[in-house]
Amino acid sequence: MLRAVRRNTELGLIVLGTLVTVGAYLLASLAEDATIPANIGPFLGIVLGLQLVAHVAVRRLAPDADGTLVPIAGLLNGLGYVFIVRLDAARADPKGLAALQSVWAMVGIAAFVATLVLVRRVRDLEAYRWTIGFLGIGLLMLPLVPGVGREYFGARIWVSIGPINFQPGEFAKILLAIFFASYLVEKRELLAVSSRRLGPIPLPDLKHLGPVVLAWGASLVVMISQKDLGSSLLFFTLFVALLWVATERATYLVIGALLFAGGAFFAHSQFTHVQDRVAVWLDPWEDPKGDGFQIVEAQFAFSTGGVTGTGINLGSPSRIPLAETDFIFAAIGEELGLVGATGVLVAFLLIIGAGLRIALRTDVPFERLLATGLTVLIGVQSFIIMAGVIRVLPLTGVTLPFVSYGGSSLIANYVLLALLLRISDDTAQREATR
Amino acid sequence: MTRQIRLLGLGLMVCFLILFVQLNRLTIFEAQRLNDNPVNTRAILRDFSQPRGTVTTADGVVIARSVPSKDRFQFQREFPEADLFAHVSGFFSFTLGSSGVEKTYNDELAGRTIDLSFQDLSDLFVDKDRVGNLTLTLRADLQRIARDQLGEREGSVVALDPRTGEILALVSYPSYDPNSLADHDTAAAARVQALLDASPEKPRLARSYQDRYFPGSTFKVVTATAGLDSGKVTVDEPRYPATDGYLAPGTTRPLRNFGGASCGGALFEILRISCNTAFAQMGVENGPDTMLGTAQAFGFNQDVPIDLTAPARSNFPTDFTQNLPALAQSGIGQNDVAATPLQMAMVAGAVANDDGNVMVPHVLRDVRDIDGNIVDTYDPDVWTNAMGAGTAQIMRQAMIGVVESGTATRLAVPGFVVGGKTGTAQLGTDPARSHAWIIGWGARPNEEASIAVAVIVEGQPGASEQTGGRVAAPIAQAIIATYLAGP
Repeated sequence: MLRAVRRNTELGLIVLGTLVTVGAYLLASLAEDATIPANIGPFLGIVLGLQLVAHVAVRRLAPDADGTLVPIAGLLNGLGYVFIVRLDAARADPKGLAALQSVWAMVGIAAFVATLVLVRRVRDLEAYRWTIGFLGIGLLMLPLVPGVGREYFGARIWVSIGPINFQPGEFAKILLAIFFASYLVEKRELLAVSSRRLGPIPLPDLKHLGPVVLAWGASLVVMISQKDLGSSLLFFTLFVALLWVATERATYLVIGALLFAGGAFFAHSQFTHVQDRVAVWLDPWEDPKGDGFQIVEAQFAFSTGGVTGTGINLGSPSRIPLAETDFIFAAIGEELGLVGATGVLVAFLLIIGAGLRIALRTDVPFERLLATGLTVLIGVQSFIIMAGVIRVLPLTGVTLPFVSYGGSSLIANYVLLALLLRISDDTAQREATR
Repeated sequence: MTRQIRLLGLGLMVCFLILFVQLNRLTIFEAQRLNDNPVNTRAILRDFSQPRGTVTTADGVVIARSVPSKDRFQFQREFPEADLFAHVSGFFSFTLGSSGVEKTYNDELAGRTIDLSFQDLSDLFVDKDRVGNLTLTLRADLQRIARDQLGEREGSVVALDPRTGEILALVSYPSYDPNSLADHDTAAAARVQALLDASPEKPRLARSYQDRYFPGSTFKVVTATAGLDSGKVTVDEPRYPATDGYLAPGTTRPLRNFGGASCGGALFEILRISCNTAFAQMGVENGPDTMLGTAQAFGFNQDVPIDLTAPARSNFPTDFTQNLPALAQSGIGQNDVAATPLQMAMVAGAVANDDGNVMVPHVLRDVRDIDGNIVDTYDPDVWTNAMGAGTAQIMRQAMIGVVESGTATRLAVPGFVVGGKTGTAQLGTDPARSHAWIIGWGARPNEEASIAVAVIVEGQPGASEQTGGRVAAPIAQAIIATYLAGP
């Protein structure tokens, strides 16, 4: 019974989300002198049809899984798609991102279904812990390999093999979350033991601190060698959060914070690109037409949008560099206003809520940690990019999950979603059989 | 683990709450300040992303319009007549600014004037394009004749209606294509701009109203007017002695006539043959105050209130203390006298005007809303009174004589009354080059003159008084003839 209710709810929510996306799309093309060509309608159909494919896959492969994640991800995906199309069409010579993003969505849903098919039980992944861990590290470092690594916009996070370009970091983050979760589940007892104290703070054994320092070092390496502040911050946060949740020792939060502060200080004193980001964050008006341009224009986008926005296709978000990727949140803010931007915030909060609820419901520690880790990935990644765009934090270029243009990000996040649903489904089935 | 996960959720929620607070700051509390920030070009961009009115000539030729475009600006400004009206329409570019009518009537074209934006209460509820369409006073047929007649010679043609100040034709060669500056490919537009600005011929400069030249003998009309208006000169008196050299007070080198000719006589005669010695003497006898007063009454030394961008002031020297030779030269349009072709057209226009008035020159006839209703009309106004009505009448007779049997016979249009004055402003003697001038006006029989023209063809070979009549007069004649033959 519950199963049917969940799936029907999911279907209903997908229909609602689809209505929003189609509405947004129609508004974009109905606006006066719309530049969106009529022939990309089919692409929209693909993007929306894919959600039904995802729904059917969940019905078959994970019938007892949470019913809200697919519709919310679909809504974000659809909304992002409309904005990508709209931004690309405003170009003097469009890059055809509409077609590309619908292809990415197709591959993403294929990866989603494949993950549900291949990973019948998430616990099975524990067995491949080290393989997954090494694979994750390998992918993370792949852009540094001469010949395949590529640098765009100052960050060396791309890999180019033959005709295929991708950001391996997007996939590495999932593999590392799996590795961290399984590693910490095993070691958490040891890591939680504290033999010494520093004042009121219990200190863990130094030998168990190794992994923490290792993760810290790895994220520093990523930041320094790839100049990718966002991913660096994301990995470190993921590790510290999982360490804390696994050991239940707040000490690790303190240590993590100290290490982060130290790393941040070191990076700021050593690297000009870090200094630039911080300087622009503190005062973008110093050079509003140069270094501060992107941030300043993003602020203008939000102020132009006001409460209800200019309306889709009626603003000028294409002025902001990288509006389809890092700054798509500003485009949404300009044309859908505070209301639309808050809607995006709420959507991510709902994903976080659903993810953590999945973590809390399962009684398998590995699943619990993994669900937490995956949720932290989406939650923190969406937070740091939105915070960067609206100048709450220094800008660290990562994609806004499901919304930004980009194949690697979209595919990886659909895989992540599938894993969360698999955990949810496992848990519900165990509860049912008990 | 449960507690930590809950705290984690709480922590993320706090993070998102901070985002929400900042979103409110940007979209509500700080929005006004951000929107007013001078760095914020979105308001300007909005002008460039909205439809904009068309600009049409008096005879219905569209010279500027907006067409939908597929880029960050949703409309592309288009100038279908390319270089023909460049110095009137100006251009309209996001990065390079604007000029001409595009600039002076920006608010009307964008529909931002009260008249356009709010005609009646129902407009509050009906969303329609409130752009203003401009009708100009210029006529495309006259403009084309002027350009074709001028050909590829550097120079200017100005034609106006002396009764109203309406500009009928305004040509400056070389010109440029405003479409190239309005190009949304800003890099390409900037390249064109750099190229145009680097050109020694300065194609962006409207020579017709933004550049000044020695008016040469055309200025004798001003000198004669000063003499007549001050009472020092009448139709019969004085009779200037026939001479080939005039020795201005305090000089030892006489001022000569063209080709060393000898001439003299009363007003009509000396204007007819453009006698330098006589007018130099008249200038000196008029005195500095009279000469300056009359020159300024024609508009010299004053900002021209034309509805175009950056008009140049014409110049007449103000200080002749201890320098009567300079006054003698000024009397024949040399020394420091410098006039725009527009100014010289207004000189002819003042003579042609029944009351001796210079009307405010303008290119706008009216502004219409999208439905074609006139919302604003340019009412003719007197700019300055150059001379009394009696003086104007005598000057017209004098200028008719120049056309009938003087230096400007090529200006004659059979069946109509035409007056004129040639000018040849010498630039140098090796080789001899000069600006060929003609100013003139035309009237239908027994009617007030309805067209005044000034033409300058720059840097022509030769330096005889005939140059103006030979080179410039036919251009003016073609325009006057076409105009008078029309309705």
